[in-house]
Amino acid sequence: MATAETASRPALERRLPISQIVLWAVGLVLAALIGYWLIKNAIDSPDRFLEVTLIGVTNGSIYALVALGYTLVYGIIELINFAHGDNFMLGTFQTNGIVNDGTFQIPFFPTSFVLAIPLAGSSAGQKIYTIFMCLLFSMLFCMVINVSIERIGYKPLRNQPRLVPLITAIGFSFILQDVGLIWKGAGPQPLPNILPTGTIFSWRAASYAWDDFIVIAVTIPLLIALTYLVRRTRSGKAMRATAQDMDASSMMGINVDRTISFTFALGGALAGAAGAIYALYIGTTKFDLGFRLGLFAFTAAVLGGIGNLSGAVLGGVVLGLIQAYTEGFWDARWTTTVVFSVLIAILVFRPSGLLGEQVPEGQ
Amino acid sequence: MSDEVSPQAPKAEGPRTSPVSSWRSSWRRFRKEHQWTRWAIPLAIVVLAFSYPWWGLEGPLSFVFNDGLGIDNDTLFNMSIYVMLALGLNVVVGYAGLLDLGYVAFFALGAYTLGWFGSGLFSTRDIHFLDTNAARLPGIHLSFWVVVLLAGAVCAFAGVLIGWPTLRLRGDYLAIVTLGFGEIIPDIFRNGDDIAGHNLTNGVRGVTQLDRPGFGEALNGATGGILPVRYTSLELRPWYFTVLTMVLITIFVNLRLRDSKMGRAWIAVREDEIAASAMGVPLMRTKLWAYAIGAIFGGFAGAVYGSFINGIFPVSFSFQISVIVLVMVIVGGMGNIWGVIAGAMLISWLNFRGLDKIGDWLNGAIPGSGNDIAISKYKFGIFGALLVVMMLFRPEGLIPSARRKAEFAEGEGQATLYDVRT
Repeated sequence: MATAETASRPALERRLPISQIVLWAVGLVLAALIGYWLIKNAIDSPDRFLEVTLIGVTNGSIYALVALGYTLVYGIIELINFAHGDNFMLGTFQTNGIVNDGTFQIPFFPTSFVLAIPLAGSSAGQKIYTIFMCLLFSMLFCMVINVSIERIGYKPLRNQPRLVPLITAIGFSFILQDVGLIWKGAGPQPLPNILPTGTIFSWRAASYAWDDFIVIAVTIPLLIALTYLVRRTRSGKAMRATAQDMDASSMMGINVDRTISFTFALGGALAGAAGAIYALYIGTTKFDLGFRLGLFAFTAAVLGGIGNLSGAVLGGVVLGLIQAYTEGFWDARWTTTVVFSVLIAILVFRPSGLLGEQVPEGQ
Repeated sequence: MSDEVSPQAPKAEGPRTSPVSSWRSSWRRFRKEHQWTRWAIPLAIVVLAFSYPWWGLEGPLSFVFNDGLGIDNDTLFNMSIYVMLALGLNVVVGYAGLLDLGYVAFFALGAYTLGWFGSGLFSTRDIHFLDTNAARLPGIHLSFWVVVLLAGAVCAFAGVLIGWPTLRLRGDYLAIVTLGFGEIIPDIFRNGDDIAGHNLTNGVRGVTQLDRPGFGEALNGATGGILPVRYTSLELRPWYFTVLTMVLITIFVNLRLRDSKMGRAWIAVREDEIAASAMGVPLMRTKLWAYAIGAIFGGFAGAVYGSFINGIFPVSFSFQISVIVLVMVIVGGMGNIWGVIAGAMLISWLNFRGLDKIGDWLNGAIPGSGNDIAISKYKFGIFGALLVVMMLFRPEGLIPSARRKAEFAEGEGQATLYDVRT
């Protein structure tokens, strides 16, 4: 593969310059215009700019958690796990069930397990307990789903052409969406707000509330735990080795199947945590929420450099900011267009993302 | 998998001859000995398709097809449209091997081209060209047939415009970019009622009162009333014949393209991009052609569909349509025209009528279920399950082309993601 690529490279480099120059000129002009627009807005109304930025960072940390699931899986088996966003959606549904009914529910099974006291008039301690339960059980639930999907669908297809598992992932995405549809129904699923909403600080018209802070306060320990897991533990080492070279790692005695399942478990747990935080923070969920949010999170992963963990976090925050600035200073109707334009621009101009990819080597 | 279907294995007298394969080989021998089957079978199928309204909709077999399977005029039309879409996508996915998850963009663009050039959307303009409306309506009204061609041209242009920067990407990156475009273009139509103060698409309200096809008084008189002056929503047969003719044209073009120099270049690129490039196949141009030609058929289908439905709404062009068309191509057998047609007919029937009918049968068969089983509500989950099952057990599709099957058995495709690293 490597020799073939170097052989074809000179021809490609000779042919491309004109189109490349035009593309880069267009890209730089666009970037300059956007930069000017942002600075102008920041000078015109700094307090509003601050508020929008804070919203962006808060939403961005949720994107970051979901994006990590994409990037972990992509880093290890180079598969865009389309079902990940819908897995996240099932996590929001699980949290919804825990907050509304105080029970852990399994779709299609009539039995449910009592976890918490239903919330009417509960004390602060009970609320903290409920939040903790939401996080824990959403994570567990999504972890089990993600690992099952990997075992049923992706594992048998590991040696097939890459489009085959990709299409399987799209199939699972639709299946999970309908699981959500059957489980909770087609309408929006509201849940009561149990996060504290008092203001932490305010400056002119901008204010920062406790629930915004809690989103970040939950996200950061999770990120630290993940970093520790990947950088310092044996399983993390096995993961990094498998991502680098699956065959060589299996020859070194790493159980590749188990390592891949472990990666899916990690990704699922992060999706579950993101689902819990999203449901608690936004206060409503819907069965088709996962598709769009999943694609946004995937965009974040690509933005940061797919396969790169810190890149996914950076990409998530940047994407949250992009969305917040679009909605705050322009028009919320255009968010989808803007986000996907960013995705396309990144793939066209810098496919390795902001921080560059770390994982695939020698390809 | 790979050791079962190795190229060295004897072809005719293999140790494992299933009844199907022996049936298939004797059929092949029969076709070789009797040359008349080469034209008689396609002709018979075409005659059967065109005469469907007389034997399927009403007449001897209507109790099976119209009543039992529910293939009425609407379903028939939709099935034909989806056959066209699937054949168009087959050029991109099946021949050239470019996974396109945003094919719906071209379907939408074709429909909106009709909205621009064949409706009262721009009611301050007064441009007419051979249109067959009863009265002189405000707006731009070109002849429907011109608009269909225009839709193809607009989509081809859009395909080149989209493909030019993105087709350098490979595999799943290309899939994601096309998905992005598939989301952006309907989004632009949704928000297009206020672009710098201009109403280009009428936004979420959609474009209604679209022009219908027709041949005008002169042609109607010249053919003794066979070609209608203008199509109506009451008499649906002309619609079916029109779209069937277009399907036949699509099949013809598909077949000729497959055996052309371009078609062989597509297959070469699909099998091994680097090898094809080394053999002198211009990668970008080859891929752009595939993308543009696939887009053209999407545009044709979109224009006819918009006219038939008589309303174009941004919500009708969702990601789900892209996936359904992809399911058709995959279930049928990527790269094989007959497989794709069969897949498209099966899936579009299931989509529009079949699942309802199956739900009805289940409700009737299971006593006490009342009308509780509404499986068409969960059709996307069912299609998703179908995709998963197909990929696990028969990734090459129901009726694959021999070549595609061999590619899958070989397990190729561990290619890099993009050509140029910057």
